[in-house]
Amino acid sequence: MAIVALLGFVAGGAMAVMHLRTGDRAWDMRSYVAIHLSLVLAVGVLITGAIWAKGSWGHWWVWDEPTLVSFLIVFLLYATYQPLRFSIEDPERQARYASVFAIVAGAFVPLNFLAVRMAESLTHPRVLSTTGGAMPGEMRLTFYLSLLGMGLLFVTLWKFEMTSKHASMQLKSLRRKLAGEEPPLAVERGAAPRVKVEA
Amino acid sequence: MPALPLDEAGKYVAGAYVVFVALILVYVAIMSAKLSRIERELGELDELADRRDR
Repeated sequence: MAIVALLGFVAGGAMAVMHLRTGDRAWDMRSYVAIHLSLVLAVGVLITGAIWAKGSWGHWWVWDEPTLVSFLIVFLLYATYQPLRFSIEDPERQARYASVFAIVAGAFVPLNFLAVRMAESLTHPRVLSTTGGAMPGEMRLTFYLSLLGMGLLFVTLWKFEMTSKHASMQLKSLRRKLAGEEPPLAVERGAAPRVKVEA
Repeated sequence: MPALPLDEAGKYVAGAYVVFVALILVYVAIMSAKLSRIERELGELDELADRRDR
């Protein structure tokens, strides 16, 4: 779950690069949904990880362990993403600033991962490494299958949320057209991206 | 750090799975509420379109 959450953050950064390159706000929406979903998974990682740690090591949390603390730092970093979006009223500026944040934070994730790999592990085992890691051979297949399953779950939920948001925006546009209204000059404040759609 | 004996650690592992399933269920429930709202709004728009046609 942690690996998929981190990959989701990186994917959010890559989609933000596409947004800044093309100017297409649909990429901002994709990046927003990927980061939002990764944040949900990160909450799950912190809760289930602490429960697992209690069962495995006898402690809920170990502050000396770089793997745990670095993940908490990444989570807290991304926890500021939604408030950042909400604090900017203009949708164009909001999308641009959020993309810059997603790129910088997305680049921080692999750097953080490398720093943790170089640090000395105190408690958390090194599961994946070029020399085989600390995982017994019989657990490896189960691990890769779980990783694949979690990845597919992420992609499915991402697609589900994207479709839901797109349908919601199309409905708003259709409502305005049927009511004979002009698009509003002042848009209501919100953290979610606002993309123009043709209903 | 020494691992807890299996009979003691098992309940924590089960707890972690329960939390994971609960998290997914809450997410799906929220998404389903949003989907219901979209369905309701679509019904309202359908009525609005019917009224305009008459």
